[in-house]
Amino acid sequence: MASHGGQPSFLERLDRMDRRWIFLAMFVAVAAPILWVGVTGKTFPEAPTPAVQGAFDAVDSLPPGARVLVSMDFDPASAGELQPMATAIVRHCVLRGHRICAMTLWPAGGPMIDGTMQDVLGDRPDWKYGEQWVNLGYRAGFEGLMKGIEGIADFDLLVSVSAGYAGAKEWVQYSVSPTLTGPRPLRFVAGSTGVQTPQLIPYYPNQMAGILGAIKGAAEYEFLVNEAVRKADPNAVVPAKFQEAQRRMAPQLFGHVLMVALIVLGNVVFVGLRGREARA
Amino acid sequence: MSRSVAVLVASVAAIAMVLSKFIVPMESAETTVAEWFNAAAAIAFVLGGASLLKMNLLAISARGPGWGYSAVTLLAFLATLGVGLLKVGVAPSVAYPGHRMSGSTDAEGGALWWLYEYAMSPITGTLFAMLAFYVASAAFRAFRAKNAAAMFLLGTAFIVLLGRTYAGVVVTSWIPADMPWVSWLRLENLSAVIMSVFTTAGTRAMIIGIAIGVAATGIKIMIGLDRSYLGAGSGGGNG
Repeated sequence: MASHGGQPSFLERLDRMDRRWIFLAMFVAVAAPILWVGVTGKTFPEAPTPAVQGAFDAVDSLPPGARVLVSMDFDPASAGELQPMATAIVRHCVLRGHRICAMTLWPAGGPMIDGTMQDVLGDRPDWKYGEQWVNLGYRAGFEGLMKGIEGIADFDLLVSVSAGYAGAKEWVQYSVSPTLTGPRPLRFVAGSTGVQTPQLIPYYPNQMAGILGAIKGAAEYEFLVNEAVRKADPNAVVPAKFQEAQRRMAPQLFGHVLMVALIVLGNVVFVGLRGREARA
Repeated sequence: MSRSVAVLVASVAAIAMVLSKFIVPMESAETTVAEWFNAAAAIAFVLGGASLLKMNLLAISARGPGWGYSAVTLLAFLATLGVGLLKVGVAPSVAYPGHRMSGSTDAEGGALWWLYEYAMSPITGTLFAMLAFYVASAAFRAFRAKNAAAMFLLGTAFIVLLGRTYAGVVVTSWIPADMPWVSWLRLENLSAVIMSVFTTAGTRAMIIGIAIGVAATGIKIMIGLDRSYLGAGSGGGNG
C-alpha cells in the first residue's frame, strides 16, 4: 500500500488517522459555538414545524385554569436533550394559567420534576403548591389523590416528555385510547429524544396533537413561547434559562456539519484508495 | 411441578387481563392482576439485589480480569442502599420535627440527593454526551458508499443532519419558499418530508408487525406453549 518510496501517501495517512484528532475536532465544533452563544447571547431564528405548532396550540388553546398532566419520563442521561423541552412546556402552562399535575414513570425522574418546577416557578411566589400545581413524583403501582380527578379523562391535556420505556408510546397505549377516555378524547402532546421520535411520528396527528422531536423541537417550541411573551410585552427580557434549547442549536449545527464533513472525507479516502488498488 | 404452577399462574393472569377488557363484571380483574404484579416485582427486586451481590462477590474472590469493576459496583450499590434506607443527612419533616426519619428519602441536602446530584447525574450525562465523539469517529471510518443502497442512506443522512439545523435553511435559501412546487426541495422541508412520509411508513410497518408478534406470543404463553420466560431448562422452549 505504501507509495513514494515506502512513505504512506496522504490518503493512506488520512485512512490511518488517529481517532483522537476526530475527538478533538468534535470538541472544538461543540465548544466554540457554546462559548460564542455564551458571550454574544445570540441564537438562530426557528421556523416551527406543524408538529411543534400543534403542540403549542394544544397548550395555548386551553382556557386558564385547565388541568394539565405533565409526565417527565426521563433521567439525567437525556436531560441535555429533554430538560429544555420540559421547562418550555411547563413555562407555557404557567404563563397560560393552567393547573399542573407533574409526575414521572421513571424511578430516577423525581429530581427532573423538582429542577423544572424550581426553574419555572422560582420567581413566581404567587403559584401555590397544592392549588396551582402538585408533584406526584414516581409512585410504583399507585396513584395520587386529587380533588376533582377520578381518572385520566378528567385532565384537559396530557403531556409526556420521554426518553424511552415507559414513556410517550405507553401513554398512547394505556391512556389516550378511546376505551379509557370515553366520548371526550384526551388531547396528548409528546416530547422525545431524537432516537425515539421516529417511533412516535405515526401517532401524529390522530393520537397526538403535537410532537417535539429532540432539541430542535424544543428550540422551536421555546421560540414560540418566547415570541408570545415578547408579543404581550415588547420590553420583556427573556432569561437565558428559558432559551436553553435555542442556545444549543449552534453547537448542534456545527456538530452536524462536522459529521457531514467527516462522512464526505471518509468516502473520498475510500474511493481514492479503492481506485489506486484497481489500477495497481 | 413448580414449573407447572408458574405456567398456570401466567395463563390465569393473562386470560384474566384479556377478559377484563371484554366482560364488564370482570373489569376489576385487571387491577387485581396488576397488584399481583407489583407484589411479585417487589420480591424480584430483592432477588435481583441478592443476585448482584452473589455475582460480584464471586468475581472479587476469583480475582479474575476486571474484578475491580465488581468492587466498585458493590461499593456503589451498598453505599446507595445504605444512605437511602437510613436517610443519612435528611432533615426531619416540618410535620414531625422530633422524628429524624420523618423526612423524604430524596430530600435536598440528604446523602442520597447528593449521590444523585453529584455522582449519578454527571456520570450518566457524560456517558450520553460521549456518544457524539464515538459517532463522529464511526462516521469517518464506517459510513462508506459501497453500493446504491448505502448511497441512498448517505443522501438521506445528509438531508436530515443539515435539515434539522440552521445550515439547511442557509444552504437552500435560494429556493423560493412561496412556490409550493419547488419549496419542498428546501432542506428543512425535505427533511420534514422524509420524516413524515418514509419514516412514518417504515415505522408503522414495524409497529404493526411487532403488535402481531406480541399477540401471537401472548396467545402461546396463555395456552402454555411458550415457556421460554421461565429460563433455561423450562422444557418448553417455543413449544
